[in-house]
Amino acid sequence: MDFLAQADFWRPFFRWLHVVAGIMWIGHLWYFNFTQTPTMPKIPTELRPAVVRYILPEALFWFRWGAMLTLILGLILAWLNGYLLDALKLGIGTHNGRVVAIGWGMWLGIIMWFNVWFIIWPNQKKVIGLTSATPDEVNAARRTAGLASRVNTMLSIPMSYAMIFAPHWYGGMTA
Amino acid sequence: MESLLNNLWATIIAGFVLTVILAVVIHAMA
Repeated sequence: MDFLAQADFWRPFFRWLHVVAGIMWIGHLWYFNFTQTPTMPKIPTELRPAVVRYILPEALFWFRWGAMLTLILGLILAWLNGYLLDALKLGIGTHNGRVVAIGWGMWLGIIMWFNVWFIIWPNQKKVIGLTSATPDEVNAARRTAGLASRVNTMLSIPMSYAMIFAPHWYGGMTA
Repeated sequence: MESLLNNLWATIIAGFVLTVILAVVIHAMA
């Protein structure tokens, strides 16, 4: 069990946990944007409450806590790897392409996490009825949450590029 | 911006365009 005392064990272990949590988060994000939102207009009006009352609250639970876990595990991972502060400074001054890449990925991920917890979730709480709102407010909230969700779908593409590129970019290792 | 985000495929294409820009920026900074 000596390996449990080795950082070489915990670094990939936390990377694995971070990726699993990220799949939980981005999987739900893409479910909302690729499946649920485009399908809702095709669902007969009388059946839509089934989605909003039963599927949406459950999906939002795993979505927002997946985002939280991904962020926390990602920060732990960056700290274990020794580049947390350098990456948050976008690798400026390090001349290390991997740190530049992961820094951009981290900032895109942090923006996306902020969108989840401070724009999408407060607005979705009105949609699923956890926060009282008039029908007009619910419509406005659905629109705002939907736009923020689309922004995150757009950002998930460059974010995942930077995240995946960073540890596998051999040309970007310290010069 | 809103009309771009209303269209799922336009959003995805915008994501790939941003990725190309980001790749150039990362290489320039590295």
